[in-house]
Amino acid sequence: MTDTPKIELRNVSKRFGSKVVLDNLSLTVQPGKSLIVIGGSGSGKSVMLKCILGIIRPDKGEIFVDGKNVLKMGSGEREETLRKFGMLFQGGALFDSLSVWENVAFGLIQGRKMKRIKAKDIAIEKLAKVGLGAEVGALYPAELSGGMQKRVGLARAIAADPEIIFFDEPTTGLDPIMADVINNLIIASVKELGATTLSITHDMMSARKISDELAMIYKGKIIWKGPHDKIDHSGNDYVDQFINGRAEGPIKMEILKP
Amino acid sequence: MNFLAIIGRVVLALFAEIGRLSLFTWGAVSHIFRPPFFWRLLFQQMMRIGYFSLPVVALTAFFTGGALALQIYYGGNNINSESIVSTIVALGITRELGPVLGGLMVAGRVAAAIAAELGTMRVTEQIDALTTLSTNPIKYLVVPRLVAAVITLPILVLIADIIGVMGGFVAGTASLNFNPGVYINTTVNFLKADDVTSGLIKAGVFGFIIALMGCFHGFHSKGGAQGVGRATTNAVVSASVLILASNYVMTSLLFAK
Repeated sequence: MTDTPKIELRNVSKRFGSKVVLDNLSLTVQPGKSLIVIGGSGSGKSVMLKCILGIIRPDKGEIFVDGKNVLKMGSGEREETLRKFGMLFQGGALFDSLSVWENVAFGLIQGRKMKRIKAKDIAIEKLAKVGLGAEVGALYPAELSGGMQKRVGLARAIAADPEIIFFDEPTTGLDPIMADVINNLIIASVKELGATTLSITHDMMSARKISDELAMIYKGKIIWKGPHDKIDHSGNDYVDQFINGRAEGPIKMEILKP
Repeated sequence: MNFLAIIGRVVLALFAEIGRLSLFTWGAVSHIFRPPFFWRLLFQQMMRIGYFSLPVVALTAFFTGGALALQIYYGGNNINSESIVSTIVALGITRELGPVLGGLMVAGRVAAAIAAELGTMRVTEQIDALTTLSTNPIKYLVVPRLVAAVITLPILVLIADIIGVMGGFVAGTASLNFNPGVYINTTVNFLKADDVTSGLIKAGVFGFIIALMGCFHGFHSKGGAQGVGRATTNAVVSASVLILASNYVMTSLLFAK
């Protein structure tokens, strides 16, 4: 069963009202690989991740995790599958009513019923992995800078040693140096866990650095996919325009010309 | 635009909202009885919803009881009788004003706070984060608030009943020169257990409405700060209206003889 993809989406469609967000989207991620999906704002990237996690239910299509259709699972099996996942949210999404270490240990304490003392040790250890000292554990998320919040978010995502990690715009809103620090931390922690990752970003620096494979999403469809060293010679005008950041090209922004 | 199309759109939106609320309510209630239970959170919410609402509810009850005593006295053409004023105050407070005004005050305080908190959690993706950490958001966020409100509202209203009757007593003895002993005696003699329990049943229902509206609107808020503001307003307005409407229905059911 070595060729079973870790994650597979088949013809997934989702619309909100009259707006089509995902349009017959198909995508596979192989075990242990890091796939990055690039695409502009509003191209359906976040919705795709949320469909896989079951936060949003697609209108059509099938989603497989380890060869099992997650849309046909009962709630118990579904929760079991969710334990394989960790996710780093765009804004961190830390719980502001809980301290930093409680945030990191949350999945262990609530999701896995681990004793608080033991979970705290693991939380401190994971914080150290992202370069934060034990004293940060006692602070609250509101007391941290944006870069530190991202790192805490990363520590929380890897706390339960997930098999699959999702990164939602991991470097957005950070300065270039902190972005690179986060990239390095992502690479290091993914390598250590041997996890499969699926990330969405529009930061090309980050995309080149942490990916094995790249795919581009446009208007709810995957329009190109390939190994990350082929991105510069994709032969696809849409991809070329995006990675070079040109306003002119086949992708038309929905703005009125002055 | 076509007039019929507008009507159709409004009706469809209304039914969609009712459907969403029904599903949400069913989900929340069914999770109350399924483990895991979050006792620590339940206790925390009971403190927030119940204990910290005490001052507001107590003050409301005290002044309402006092004003009620004065109104009966003046409005009843200076009825100079401890027995009539005290009986009407006791009945009015325990049956209607205690639960309804207490419920409305808590609705303003708690439904707003719940909607703002959950709404902010929704727009900052904290609710989605719960799902990715193998924790059911309904169970973790909604159930403790719902249960805490249903437990604490009757307790609050019981305290409001006592303080409201005391407000009437203070107004009666201080401004209207009633005999304190006779006032207390008639109150105790006329008040029946049914009067108090009917109010407490109402209070439990109001607690459910308050927490449900706060959670429902917070959970479904979208669109940043403005969306959270809208959710908060909707939570308070819908909770208040539902409290008043359900109060009428319950009064007609509980006191129909």
